[in-house]
Amino acid sequence: MNRLTDLTVTEAMHALNAGECSSLELTRAILERIDALEPSVLAFLTRTPELALQQAQTADEKRKELKRNGSAIPRLLGLPIAVKDVLTVEGIRCTCGSKILENFVPVHTATCVHKLQEAGVVILGKTNTDEFAMGSSTENSAYFTTRNPWDLERVPGGSSGGSAAAVAARFTPAALGTDTGGSVRQPASFCGVTGIKPTYGRVSRYGLIAYGSSLDSAGVLTRTVEDAALIFEVMAGYDPRDATTMDVPVPQIQLDSRTDLRGLRIGVPKEYFIKGIQPEVEQTVRAAIARFAEMGAEIKEVCLPHTEYALPVYYLIAPAEASANLARYDGIRFGLRVPTESNIEMFKKSRGAGFGSEVKRRIMLGTYALSAGYYDAYYGQAQKVRTLIKQDFEKVFESVDMIAAPIAPTTAFKRGVHTEDPLAMYLEDVFTLPANLAGVPGLAFCCGFDSQNMPVGMQLMGPHFKEDALFKAGHAYQQVTDWHRKSPTL
Amino acid sequence: MEYEIVIGLEVHAELATNTKMFCSCRVVDSTQAEPNTTVCPVCAGMPGVLPVVNRQAVEYAMRVGLALGCTINNTSLFDRKNYFYPDLPKGYQISQYEHPIASDGLLVVDTSKGEKAIRIRRAHLEEDTGKLTHVVTDTENYSLVDLNRCGVPLLEIVTEPDIHSIEEARAYATTLRGILRALGVNSGDMEKGVIRFEANVSVREAGTDVLNNRVEIKNLNSFRAMERGLAYEIDRQIKIMESGGTVSQETMGWDDTNNCTYTQRSKEDAHDYRYFPEPDLPPLVVDADWVHRVQSTLPELPRARAQRYQNNFNLTAADATLLAADITVAQYFENTLAAAKDVPGKTVAAWILGEVYAYLNRTGEAFESLRVTPAILADLLIRLTKGEVNAATAKVILATLLEKGGSAGEIIKEKGLQQTSDPGQIAALVAKAIQDNPGELESYRNGKETVANWFFGQVMRMAGGKANPQVVREELARQLKK
Ligand SMILES: [Zn+2]
Repeated sequence: MNRLTDLTVTEAMHALNAGECSSLELTRAILERIDALEPSVLAFLTRTPELALQQAQTADEKRKELKRNGSAIPRLLGLPIAVKDVLTVEGIRCTCGSKILENFVPVHTATCVHKLQEAGVVILGKTNTDEFAMGSSTENSAYFTTRNPWDLERVPGGSSGGSAAAVAARFTPAALGTDTGGSVRQPASFCGVTGIKPTYGRVSRYGLIAYGSSLDSAGVLTRTVEDAALIFEVMAGYDPRDATTMDVPVPQIQLDSRTDLRGLRIGVPKEYFIKGIQPEVEQTVRAAIARFAEMGAEIKEVCLPHTEYALPVYYLIAPAEASANLARYDGIRFGLRVPTESNIEMFKKSRGAGFGSEVKRRIMLGTYALSAGYYDAYYGQAQKVRTLIKQDFEKVFESVDMIAAPIAPTTAFKRGVHTEDPLAMYLEDVFTLPANLAGVPGLAFCCGFDSQNMPVGMQLMGPHFKEDALFKAGHAYQQVTDWHRKSPTL
Repeated sequence: MEYEIVIGLEVHAELATNTKMFCSCRVVDSTQAEPNTTVCPVCAGMPGVLPVVNRQAVEYAMRVGLALGCTINNTSLFDRKNYFYPDLPKGYQISQYEHPIASDGLLVVDTSKGEKAIRIRRAHLEEDTGKLTHVVTDTENYSLVDLNRCGVPLLEIVTEPDIHSIEEARAYATTLRGILRALGVNSGDMEKGVIRFEANVSVREAGTDVLNNRVEIKNLNSFRAMERGLAYEIDRQIKIMESGGTVSQETMGWDDTNNCTYTQRSKEDAHDYRYFPEPDLPPLVVDADWVHRVQSTLPELPRARAQRYQNNFNLTAADATLLAADITVAQYFENTLAAAKDVPGKTVAAWILGEVYAYLNRTGEAFESLRVTPAILADLLIRLTKGEVNAATAKVILATLLEKGGSAGEIIKEKGLQQTSDPGQIAALVAKAIQDNPGELESYRNGKETVANWFFGQVMRMAGGKANPQVVREELARQLKK
């Protein structure tokens, strides 16, 4: 058996089920590693070691009892995981990386977390995020910037940077993330791990603290595609508390060791290989696509003509929704309150003090885009173009089963390089935004390294509710490559 | 100059559903419940929560829409209406903006000038806000927020500007209230704020169709406030026009304590609500089957009911309308009728509209709290019809019942009010009356027939008012002819 902290989800479940280790041993090993290395990685906003140990012990006892009775063992019983700090867990502080929620303890648990708890997970803590998931580096966290375990000078990507870094640093075999414009896939790429952004409507958003409601998806980061598929299966499904979830059956994803991809048609969109993309990223992704071809997949160039509009469309729709979603932070019922004479003054002062500059920028952008006289030109127009982007995907999926593309134009950049230039930071997301606008699933995984030894990721995007096809292709790729097994030295 | 008044009314009616519009909190009487006792993460606007549409509220909205002859839109949309206020936890209200659930209806109301049809522009679903209480003392100044009412379903019903007098406004409002109550979707309890009004008012030269600036009046929370607010505002606008000025477009509030309107917002400060489609809720789809089901289970509405009363019980239009307008009165009438075997509908109606209404008007008591139940009234009316008591005695008995309760039988027994129809007893009284008054008998025989009535009075007095008048008349006629 590997070192306990190196175990993937699948390996850990195997070890637990085979009695090779207990959840308590596994959790202790992980907590020890976090204790030792967290000061240099800074992945967590809130750690819950006592709770984790208690849950691990409960899981071990439960396992014994179930075994004795010959009952079925829940699929993830005793598995430690981390949760991005925009997903609520009852009783555990949830900050969203913002000062305005510094002391906020939710009274409800996100449905996707609850489903994992039902399956037996142990919660290690809440991971760092850009404030309200607005950012691509965790530099917009009001608390600190998470470090990339491959190079501590570099960012882990964002906004689920804490989760990606935690998985890469072997602080956890799996961490939940959210993806509104690439926030699972881009940090997965930067940290050399695997991440799934499910179809919009596949995983409940109940308990996901909203940023852009029509774009937000809860996903997971792991080290292997197999692990992501396993966790995804548990998280997914219709939720009566989220009217935007779809009542589509969640498939039982059967992954095997076959690597023959004959009959699979993969589209490569030319719009994703643009000027400005780091040459090593393009080369690495193209090499990976060639590897898919060697495995028997048919590779076709496809066209997603409205890709270039994804960025402006996203930066109208997401901020517009955010401007309303963030209106509830008024200092009245929870969160930061700056006391003043009048109510409205209190709103202003509390929000002024509680929100960081990127959040304020997006609230202003969104408010403007929805204003009388500007609505049609901005928000209304953006919705129309969004439909065109959706149609681009629908059209392409008539001729291919999935699309392969780079995730980010560059590998992880150094802290501070984009902080003064929001537009350059926004460009980090050009390849990930379209999937959110179209609501299609995207699977991110590592496909190589650049000359600085920084991971390069690629994504497979598929039609709505076809995550299983992406998992199968990604798993086949990981059967013939070992990029996903590489581990940073800390 | 002659002026014409142009009014459009917006009625906000709470829907009396079991649970709130977007969460499973129970709907409670917010004037009674302890503050913040029916609140959950959803209606408190906690981070990460999502709304789920209450099907019962949708169905109630459909009932109202159909009762008002509206088209029920197959697909309607929820939107976010954005503004900051401490009683609005999310910072936006979920409402329906461009695509309401119901549109294009008509409500016919009765006025002193006859029937009047008022077009309904739309009816849309939204959620109510919480309630704020401002506390100001010598040492402290703070606000309290109660979220019990927050998220209670509201139906906003908007008319076209078809209302041209305060009387029409009142007729519209009361008729609509009657319909909401008949549909069982709203208690109509104005004191509890379950129906609230907003009015758009403008005034123009009679006979023209210019559209002058209109003023929106908010906070009209009773019929009285609505009438007074309209009267005040119409008067204000006419005065401005007569002095050669122009009414400016603005939003005013009605101050019920000081009986005046006050400016809330001028046109320049008008709120930009930044409506946009609610991304948390898919379009609300109502299929034709559902509409048919609701349509087929609509109860009888006041207007149809009045027509039926008129036809079946030979009531006047005015009486039928009075009985049918409110579901409580109509049910009282029908329950009495059902229990009062062999009593004509017209009699039941006459007693309710006469004695019972007179009592309610005098005491200010509510219909719901009457001591006289339909069964008790029916019992009395049966006794009356059978001749056990006469009308005069029945009135006395009913007055006692209304004041003190009890049953007709008890009172009759207690006070010895049984009417006598015993022919022997009555014949003896008649004989005695004739015998004691030979002079009157003489003038009767000489052709002064009105003396018969005088004898009737004598006999009734002798019987202490308890003799059956019919039997007395017959016996009198018989003996006088001897
Ligand atoms: Zn609630």
